[in-house]
Amino acid sequence: MDLTVIILVEMLYAVASLILISAGLAVVFGMMKVINLAHGEFMMMGGYATITAVNLGVNIFLAMLVIAPIIVGLIGLVVERLVIRHLYGRLVDTMLATWGLSLFFIGLATMIFGNTTTGISTPIPGFAIGNYQINGYNFFIIVVAVLLLVGMLTILKSTRAGLIARGAMQRSDMAAALGYSPDRIYMATFFCGSALSGLAGAVLAPLVGLVPTSGGAYIAKAFITVIAGGPSLIAGLFSSAGFFGIVNQVFTFAISPVIGEVALLLAAVVLLRLLPQGITTKFFKGKL
Amino acid sequence: MPGSLSKDAITIILVTAILTWVMPLIISTYTLTVLIVYGMLGLSLGLIWGFGGILCFGQAAFFGLGAYTYAIAAINIGESTVPMILAVLVPAVFAALLGAMMFYGRLTDVYLGVITLVVTLILFKFINSTAGPQYVIGDARLGGFNGIPGFQTLNIPGRPDDYIWGDSYFYVCAILLALVFFLVSALLRSSFGRVAVGIRENETRISLMGYDVRARKTVLFAAGAAIAGLAGALFANWSEIVTPSLFSLGQSAEIIIWCIVGGLGTRFGPVLGAAGLAYLKFLLGQQTMIDNTLITGLILVLFVLFLPRGIVPALASLWKVSFGRRPLGRIPQHRRMRNRERING
Repeated sequence: MDLTVIILVEMLYAVASLILISAGLAVVFGMMKVINLAHGEFMMMGGYATITAVNLGVNIFLAMLVIAPIIVGLIGLVVERLVIRHLYGRLVDTMLATWGLSLFFIGLATMIFGNTTTGISTPIPGFAIGNYQINGYNFFIIVVAVLLLVGMLTILKSTRAGLIARGAMQRSDMAAALGYSPDRIYMATFFCGSALSGLAGAVLAPLVGLVPTSGGAYIAKAFITVIAGGPSLIAGLFSSAGFFGIVNQVFTFAISPVIGEVALLLAAVVLLRLLPQGITTKFFKGKL
Repeated sequence: MPGSLSKDAITIILVTAILTWVMPLIISTYTLTVLIVYGMLGLSLGLIWGFGGILCFGQAAFFGLGAYTYAIAAINIGESTVPMILAVLVPAVFAALLGAMMFYGRLTDVYLGVITLVVTLILFKFINSTAGPQYVIGDARLGGFNGIPGFQTLNIPGRPDDYIWGDSYFYVCAILLALVFFLVSALLRSSFGRVAVGIRENETRISLMGYDVRARKTVLFAAGAAIAGLAGALFANWSEIVTPSLFSLGQSAEIIIWCIVGGLGTRFGPVLGAAGLAYLKFLLGQQTMIDNTLITGLILVLFVLFLPRGIVPALASLWKVSFGRRPLGRIPQHRRMRNRERING
């Protein structure tokens, strides 16, 4: 009984962290069709922003939920103005340029923070269920992921800003004809995407030892989750994160964590072979 | 591609002879050897990406697979001829299977990139976790994160005690690169190569003309992997240890950067990009003021923004503009057209 609860919580946690990891990329890639390979480094910078802020004496929740997203969002803004802006619509070129950016940020972080592991302790204590100890912070991540999905859905579906953004992504010329500046809208959307990446990196920072290269651990997972999700932003994110999270945890508990990771990746290969355009071309069609 | 194959052969022989004579006077042969190996690796991706239009994010997987195959086979056999052959065949077969799975599923650009990336990650994670004594192939322990050291290095075929090392190994590598370069030229001049370029330009059109696009892409992909596998085996001989970092994403990224900087759609560009950037990295590694990765990243970003076609095509067109025969007054008009396009687009 206790074990069942633990496994359930762990599965929810795996799904939630996949949602967190992929949300920023889903906005940038799913909406703007920019393959941001520096996504992992945006998360890494979110983590460093949090740790630096906490070490300066800021409240940890304030640092994670407000400061880190804003800082990373601003970095994203600069990147968009300097590099990405010139490459919209050139899929392979954006991919290569952002790969270069990712290396650039790794180098920068190494120069500033050094090639050593830094970390902070989790702000929520663990507690026991029966004979098992469970990490209280896992619940916090689940809550953040749920709030994030609900928030994204609300903004995209029922605010004017969300409507304008979606319209501009579909037909930028039409949006321009109606008096909105696609340039500005793209800029704002990229800011939001980077801020989401920063938030994810910040929230996950207490769980991992942070090194300048930690972004690499996230990028592949985020990438396959978003691509397997397909054209619908939120439904795709939710369904593919759910699928991969459950596959990962089942194999982790049945065999070992390494096999869990490998099973996740293999599942992605098989899924992409069967549904090359993503889950939401078959299921949840036309949903947001 | 102008000229004929025999003219190509003469050029390759001349360039190889001059370079192998001049370069050791400037750079030590030990460093040159690895530059040649990287050049071959760059050429392998330059072939499938530049001429076949297949963007493979996992070229490092075939490189690492070649190196590991060589190391494992060399420990088990104790002589280097068969392991060298295996190191070419195993990645080629692996790539043929992987390619068949992808191309017969009609996966294209981004999805292809993701699958090759994921396969590289799987190999990396798997090899990294094989530290335990239960992971053994024949006499060779896979060794996990520490890799496999101490295998038989290259020897004269049939004589296991006569090692090829130092300067003579450098010449072997140089000749092998020249040979591979010649084979790639021959492949591209054959009808197979011309159809491959056709597939890159317009896949639908080629398949409507009756060619089996899927089979041809698979074969080209496997050929690229074979070259990468050979480069891997040569690298294993040079470093005398194979580690999982051969499979890493950073390695894959570097190969792509070489091709972009050198120039896609040329044979010489990727080789030049690989050797040049690897040497630059070697030089940068000797200073500690600015981080190495930072500069690599900056180079890639700047090239994508300002010189997306790479060095060799840019130099070639500069040469044409300066010395080529053309009716006067044409070029400015072209430029005006391009500028107008840029403003509208």
